[in-house]
Amino acid sequence: MSDTHANSIAFVRDTELPPAPPPVAETGVIRWMRENLFSSVLNAVLTVLSLLVIFMVLRGMIPWFWNSTWNANSLSECREMGSGACFAVIRERWPQFFFGFYPNTEYWRPVLTFFLLFPAIAPVLFNRVPKQALLFSMLYPFIGYWLIWGGSLGGPVGTLLGVVAAYLVYRVLVQHSTVLALLAGVAVLIIWMLFLNDFVIGQLSNLFGPGLEQVDSRMIGGFLLTMILGIVSISLALPIGILLALGRQSDLLIIKAICIGFIEFIRGVPLITLLFVANVLLSYFLPPDTTFDLVLRVIILITMFASAYLAEVIRGGLAALPRGQYEAADSLGLDYWQAIRLIILPQALKISIPGIVNVFIGVYKDTTLVSIISMYDPLGVVQPILSDADWNGILWELYGFVALFFFISCYSMSQYSRYLENKLRTDHR
Amino acid sequence: MTKSVFFGALATAGLLAGAASAQTLAEVQERDTLRCGVTTGLVGFAAPNEEGEWEGFDVAICRAVAAAVLGDGSKVEFIPTTGSTRFTALASGEIDLLARNTTWTFSRDVDLEFEFAGVNYYDGQGFLVRKDLGVTSANELDGATVCIQTGTTTELNLADFFRANDMSYEPVPIETNAEAQQQYLANACDVYTTDASGLAATRASFENPGDHMLLPEIISKEPLGPLVRHGDNAWGDIARWTLNALIAAEELGVTSENLEEMAAGTDNPEINRLLGSEGNLGEMLGLSSDWAVNAISAGGNYGEIFEDNIGADTAIGLDRGLNAQWTNGGLLYSPPFR
Repeated sequence: MSDTHANSIAFVRDTELPPAPPPVAETGVIRWMRENLFSSVLNAVLTVLSLLVIFMVLRGMIPWFWNSTWNANSLSECREMGSGACFAVIRERWPQFFFGFYPNTEYWRPVLTFFLLFPAIAPVLFNRVPKQALLFSMLYPFIGYWLIWGGSLGGPVGTLLGVVAAYLVYRVLVQHSTVLALLAGVAVLIIWMLFLNDFVIGQLSNLFGPGLEQVDSRMIGGFLLTMILGIVSISLALPIGILLALGRQSDLLIIKAICIGFIEFIRGVPLITLLFVANVLLSYFLPPDTTFDLVLRVIILITMFASAYLAEVIRGGLAALPRGQYEAADSLGLDYWQAIRLIILPQALKISIPGIVNVFIGVYKDTTLVSIISMYDPLGVVQPILSDADWNGILWELYGFVALFFFISCYSMSQYSRYLENKLRTDHR
Repeated sequence: MTKSVFFGALATAGLLAGAASAQTLAEVQERDTLRCGVTTGLVGFAAPNEEGEWEGFDVAICRAVAAAVLGDGSKVEFIPTTGSTRFTALASGEIDLLARNTTWTFSRDVDLEFEFAGVNYYDGQGFLVRKDLGVTSANELDGATVCIQTGTTTELNLADFFRANDMSYEPVPIETNAEAQQQYLANACDVYTTDASGLAATRASFENPGDHMLLPEIISKEPLGPLVRHGDNAWGDIARWTLNALIAAEELGVTSENLEEMAAGTDNPEINRLLGSEGNLGEMLGLSSDWAVNAISAGGNYGEIFEDNIGADTAIGLDRGLNAQWTNGGLLYSPPFR
């Protein structure tokens, strides 16, 4: 049989054909381009136009960067040395961009504060860091304040003692009633600040000696000022915003009225107006010789502004939770604060992350408005540089440098929020 | 009810501020620094350099007053102010003296309740044009597009000038001087107008300053000077006579170089009275007898300050013009020290 078969068929392939290469148009770069760049006529036209735009931008920018000058003492020298960017101005003035007019022998202090920031915020941002590290995070504001403003170590330590006292009172009373403990804690803190603080600080200053050289708020500027205003306002605004959002939903009439009034008032007023109040009007109302630090005033008002916006974002998160969640908490026998802490807030905050980060980034960038009230934030620093006869007329390099800084900061914030969203994503999308 | 309480509080605060402001000299001496309001940055007039040291023509006035009062021209806290915060800063007592190229006008003096100590720079509004425009006089500017800073007196002066000469123009409103430079260089406007000193500084910063020119017409009076609050005449006198001392020193030939020699006593009784080796002018002001010596040693006499900051040898290169001594055909005329 097999013979017949063999004779009846002229040719039998005993090996498999090697696979033919796919058509050129279906492989590699060409396929990728065809699918992504030229999938339709419209797409092709858009691609060509985009390439043209990119080419034109690069044609301008590359020579600008390539021919840039780094070693010159004035704009006119720059112009003689190269046709491109004049980055010499950045080289000469970078300390002002970073520190404002901070005394230049003391630059190590803000730098150290900046690097200590990372261990301080790590336990807040990432839950893999051991929780004991939170202790350092709580001490960080006092360390940072002392490093940047200087003076005797007694000041921050005295205030820290007040906070510790308030916390101890809270701990003792919290077994009886959370609200009572909270109120008592705040009362202790206020009493400490009003009556005891000066005395204790005086005593401690004698003990610790003069400490670091004192730096006036007016000397602080540049990215340092942006970071101080941004980070302090953001970290204070979040808890205040949460409380406001909860207060707005409260059944207690007065608390509700206060929260709504605060939120609506602050949201109804432009930030610039608040800053002018901080800078100018407060000095009319305060007694002539009170020196209420300008940076502190601005921080308070930016915090109020940010917390009002955050409260509304978080209220959105609270409203998005199904009613069943609240009822489930009740049926477990949790009291209000337990329910909020364990069930409601974790879910509500997760929903609001994009909105919260949006507000954070907005506030961070809004800190540049302080240049209007003549504080030297990075944008404000540009003004005296332009007023230097050597550099008058230079713009792109300065504003580009500031933009780069803000892009790095804001992009990191948005990347972190994406990381957080991914980590907390529990649904099965 | 609440309204009247609020206004009551405001009035009280105002009274308190008023009462407190009557002793500026004592406050400054106790604090041991002078708080001086300056601009956030204007070429030649006030700007911090790369070390953060303030320099400029207005800054020199601050230093002279500080030196006269406290004996040391470095005892100044410079408080940068913007166009919109300068007057409130002064009125609220945040600063003791405002030296921020502020034009002396009737309403600022009378209505805002300030006291101008004098004029340290006679400015006026001018026009900057490209040479290839072919214009040689402001009267040929009919139909021009003009870059103009909004919300300033220059805007009103411009409108007045064109209306008076029956010409039309198209304004290009801009916010800051830096923006104006860019707009002007990008040909968004034919003419840029602001104070002539500012135009000179702007022109000096161009890549090819020779392609641009200032038109000869000056269309407004802008007497710039330092000012203090109403109601503290003793302090106002100190500011006024410190400025006069700088001007008189130039007229009398007292410079930072021969200052020590002259302070020891000269044949000219007016110099002796000014520098305190004769008479008791310092005592009358409530200051030490060598107050004027200190003021002049801070940065030199008026002429030296001018040459160091905005004069012909600097990048700005302004001529003395109206700011020459009256003996040289200018307007500087200090009352006698007697």
